[in-house]
Amino acid sequence: MVQAIVFLPLLGAILAGLIAIFGAHARNLSGDTVEHHDDGHGADTHASAAHDDHGHDDHGHDDHHVSEPPAAGSRAAELITTGLLMISAALSWVTLVDVGFMHHDARIALFPWINSGDLQVAWSLRVDTLTAVMLVVVNTVSALVHLYSIGYMDEDPHRPRFFAYLSLFTFAMLMLVTSDNLVQMFFGWEGVGLASYLLIGFWYQKPSANAAAIKAFVVNRVGDFGFALGIFAVFMLLKSTDFETIFAGAPGLAGKTIDVFGWHADALTLTCLLLFMGAMGKSAQFLLHTWLPDAMEGPTPVSALIHAATMVTAGVFMVARLSPLFELAPNAQAVVMFFGATTAFFAATIGLVQNDIKRIVAYSTCSQLGYMFVAMGAGAYSVGIFHLFTHAFFKALLFLGSGSVIYAMHHEQDIRNMGGLKDRIPFTYIVMVIGTLALTGFPLTAGYFSKDAIIESAFVSHNPFAMYGFLMTVVAAGLTSFYSWRLIFKTFHGEPHDQEHYEAAHEAPLWMLVPIGVLAAGSILAGFPFKELFAGHGVAEFFRESLKMHPHIIEEMHHIPAWIAYLPTVMMVVGAYISYVFYIRRPYLPVELASQHPMLYQFLLNKWYFDELYDLIFVRPAKWIGHFLWKKGDGYVIDGFGPDGISARVLDVTRNVVKIQTGYLYHYAFAMLIGVAGLITWFMFGLGGQ
Amino acid sequence: MTTWPILSVVTFLPLFGALVIYISRGDDEAARSNSRWIALWTTLVTFAVSLILVWRFDATNPDFQFIEKASWLASGITYHMGVDGISLPFVILTTALMPFCIIASWKSVTMRVREYMMAFLLLETLMIGTFSALDLVLFYLFFEGGLIPMFLIIGVWGGPRRVYASFKFFLYTLLGSVLMLLAIMALYWNAGTTDIPTLMHTAVPRSLQTWAWLAFFASFAVKMPMWPVHTWLPDAHVEAPTAGSVILAAILLKMGGYGFLRFSLPMFPLASHDFAWIIFSLSAIAIIYTSLVALMQEDIKKLIAYSSVAHMGFVTMGIFAGTTQGVAGGVFQMISHGIVSGALFLCVGIVYDRMHTREIAAYGGLVNRMPLYALVFMVFTMANVGLPGTSGFVGEFMTLLGTFKVSIPTATFATLGVILSAGYALWLYRKVVFGTLTKPALASIKDLTFREGLMLFPLVFLTILFGIYPKPVLDMSAASVQQLVNNYNTAVTAVKAAALIQ
Repeated sequence: MVQAIVFLPLLGAILAGLIAIFGAHARNLSGDTVEHHDDGHGADTHASAAHDDHGHDDHGHDDHHVSEPPAAGSRAAELITTGLLMISAALSWVTLVDVGFMHHDARIALFPWINSGDLQVAWSLRVDTLTAVMLVVVNTVSALVHLYSIGYMDEDPHRPRFFAYLSLFTFAMLMLVTSDNLVQMFFGWEGVGLASYLLIGFWYQKPSANAAAIKAFVVNRVGDFGFALGIFAVFMLLKSTDFETIFAGAPGLAGKTIDVFGWHADALTLTCLLLFMGAMGKSAQFLLHTWLPDAMEGPTPVSALIHAATMVTAGVFMVARLSPLFELAPNAQAVVMFFGATTAFFAATIGLVQNDIKRIVAYSTCSQLGYMFVAMGAGAYSVGIFHLFTHAFFKALLFLGSGSVIYAMHHEQDIRNMGGLKDRIPFTYIVMVIGTLALTGFPLTAGYFSKDAIIESAFVSHNPFAMYGFLMTVVAAGLTSFYSWRLIFKTFHGEPHDQEHYEAAHEAPLWMLVPIGVLAAGSILAGFPFKELFAGHGVAEFFRESLKMHPHIIEEMHHIPAWIAYLPTVMMVVGAYISYVFYIRRPYLPVELASQHPMLYQFLLNKWYFDELYDLIFVRPAKWIGHFLWKKGDGYVIDGFGPDGISARVLDVTRNVVKIQTGYLYHYAFAMLIGVAGLITWFMFGLGGQ
Repeated sequence: MTTWPILSVVTFLPLFGALVIYISRGDDEAARSNSRWIALWTTLVTFAVSLILVWRFDATNPDFQFIEKASWLASGITYHMGVDGISLPFVILTTALMPFCIIASWKSVTMRVREYMMAFLLLETLMIGTFSALDLVLFYLFFEGGLIPMFLIIGVWGGPRRVYASFKFFLYTLLGSVLMLLAIMALYWNAGTTDIPTLMHTAVPRSLQTWAWLAFFASFAVKMPMWPVHTWLPDAHVEAPTAGSVILAAILLKMGGYGFLRFSLPMFPLASHDFAWIIFSLSAIAIIYTSLVALMQEDIKKLIAYSSVAHMGFVTMGIFAGTTQGVAGGVFQMISHGIVSGALFLCVGIVYDRMHTREIAAYGGLVNRMPLYALVFMVFTMANVGLPGTSGFVGEFMTLLGTFKVSIPTATFATLGVILSAGYALWLYRKVVFGTLTKPALASIKDLTFREGLMLFPLVFLTILFGIYPKPVLDMSAASVQQLVNNYNTAVTAVKAAALIQ
């Protein structure tokens, strides 16, 4: 069953990929000759003129003007991939029950991968409760997003390719969550990175999409740099990359140090920090977050699946999976909590002022991931996973809902141009409100249980940054509420700003509404029934060995002062109220506020200037150094003093030697005379002197 | 075990093919076509015969197999051939890639086709000979002999600056070779033989180890090429015809790494240990330096050439780490790089044949008209980046893992290359393949033909196969690598122990 869950999406990806590639090949001639001065290529000029259209709409538009006919077999590719994903999703729920409640954990060895000396890495599938939860999240959201995409992408000419990528992504993500060793996890890790790169750059004719795709891949690679070094360190210390062996050997590493550049670092702390660096890249944490907002260049279903519900949570999953290591490295946990709390706050502040509907949700994702890491840092791993679980539903809902808005507005993404849409697309309005309630933690919605549990865990944790984490998450809760309601108010309430689009706005087809409806149900129901399993007394029974929780954290969470428990809800209400005042009652207030504090406003609007900063300290110097090394290093120094220089000197010498041979007898006679004089002098004073 | 000299047959079959082409005279279209077909069949048959080697090879035996020995020059110099787990993969790589080179030259070479094919076949003999020679003099002959056909291939069928490039290539490599010849003579005087297996078990005095190691290093470092003697490679690649680039990147560069494995590490373990820090520094510099330089290239082939230097940095680093994973990873990385970089040069050749330019700026939006090409190029780009699931990952990962145990700073700096390689490879892909197709010259470009598909899809298959199941290659070399590493470690620890006693 596990094999089916993991490999059915791969099968779908391969089939859809074949449909895509055969279709594309049939449309494009093969041949190794080029007619350079062909007068009558009418079809070609037409095609390239159409492509020009694509090139111009480069920013802020989630757009795809259609000029080509849809690829052959589009519907077949859609139905195959979606059908297979549905099967996987259904089996995942069965697995969750089987593993979570029946305790049928599974470890299935497939075949060997890298074997060399004591390095023994095998392809294998590991299913414990943690994995089963992830399987449910990944496959459910993926199946719904597949279904949604049938409607959303219906005008795109490259649908088979799109569905092949989506399924490929799902497969890579499943390999990640079912891995039984670090190397296979790295395979899934980079595999989802590849799929993310391909999907962000899906509309490859848009320069901004291409740039965003590369940025996502390269920034993730910065994180992977740390992850890879972490794997090397684990192997050096424990001679294995298998989880069982690592977890068994980790306690013996206490007090060991690694000598790095003359600094004796605590082995476990250093290893955990390196691995966490990978998590920071994938989960877009503070300092490595810059790729996530740009990734919104991809089609909206991609943002929902990859950049909200699944891939970006891989970092959280990794820390949870490695909880036996992190529990032994309290200093590393402190760092985790610091970065999580900082991200939660920082991303929320940026979300306050953004105007692109998808970017607001993207910064919100970034912020919520920070929450999850706060729980990880506190040692309340199951609580973080709880939030991962609920967040997958309501954030995917918000993205797909935004997609529905964008679809209705004919690919308009700027909320300043919307308004009043609640009457035109009531269903989307209702589900978006449900998503917002869940995100802001309205009582009894899914987010309420998981988010409050995180804030409580931060409060009771023994982490040096516990108070910082608590304060940041509480403040961020208020900010979250503000920007979420701002989005709702500006999009759905008030007066329409673009009458033409408003008139034309229409509800999306059923393909899209059904998945949104299911997610809306999930956003409400994913909380209460699972509360005890993830954040209550059922944790030990439910997760068993798959997580190594901080021993007393769950117990302590139940004994906090009442005002702490109510604080997040109060913040939520305050944020929502301010938002209401700002955008419904007194709409002139935000404009005034922005003009009163232009510095702060610009700082937030420009995302704390991180892109500019990185461009200045990394991108430009790298290019400059590259150019310098190429022209000066290779060209001037190495070639200049090497082959070119030597050949030039040889020529110089021969030229001069040639000059000496003048052919005049008296020149030679003079040289001889000098020579004889020198010889005699040497004999008399040098040798003869003795 | 074998009744017929199978290794010699593999080695000299191509030479025989060259002879047949030489005999079939004429310079009309029919003769050209004949020589193409003869060359193709020769390389295919050679490949088929070399597969018998794989079939009969005993992977559990770390020693040389398929031994052939005949007296040759003086008493100590014999015609001695044989392969072990380290050299066999290179032999197969050579025989496997040659048919692709012939197919790649099918249409693009129209001038002096007979001579071209003869040069390639001669080159194949010399390359296989290099990997299977078990006598220093014989090795030297094959090793240096390979320079001549390559020199001609670049100098006669190359691009506009071919004369400069071919001389640069020749002078660089010859300089190293002269020093190696001196070292070979010194070894002969020391042991009284040039037989490689005997030399591998002969203790070499410490002082001689140092000098001989440096002399061999001079030769192999140029071949690899290591920083800072790498500048011949971009020029040679840019000017060479497509198939020449493929052979250069896929096989000639591997001779340096093979030399380190065959001579430096087993014969001069102490010197290797002493000088490891030099190799580590040069490798780490090479990886970062050439990756940065690759970021700024304007010529597709130059970019790939610089990335080759970076990838060879992983190989040298892994080999001199002296750990099982480092050495095995070095071997695997060389095989993988042979497939991937060869394929990348084939990809460049495909668009070069159509547009006759290698300038990155001249391309853009190829995916709109060449979807198959875009797919194939994407696979090799990802393999070049070292994405898990492609063969590029396994080699990089193993060499880094093996080095980390020995030198954390080296591995750390080298891992930075992982970030930079993503930068330059994806940037190249974006500029050439993605975007809109607006350049008028490209408007009528067409997708891969059957012939081009025939040479690229097998390589795609191998790249992915070895990415998820590298066992065939790793197992083939495992026993020999283990023996090499054990001997190396024994020698090094013995000296350390002796030093402690004193």
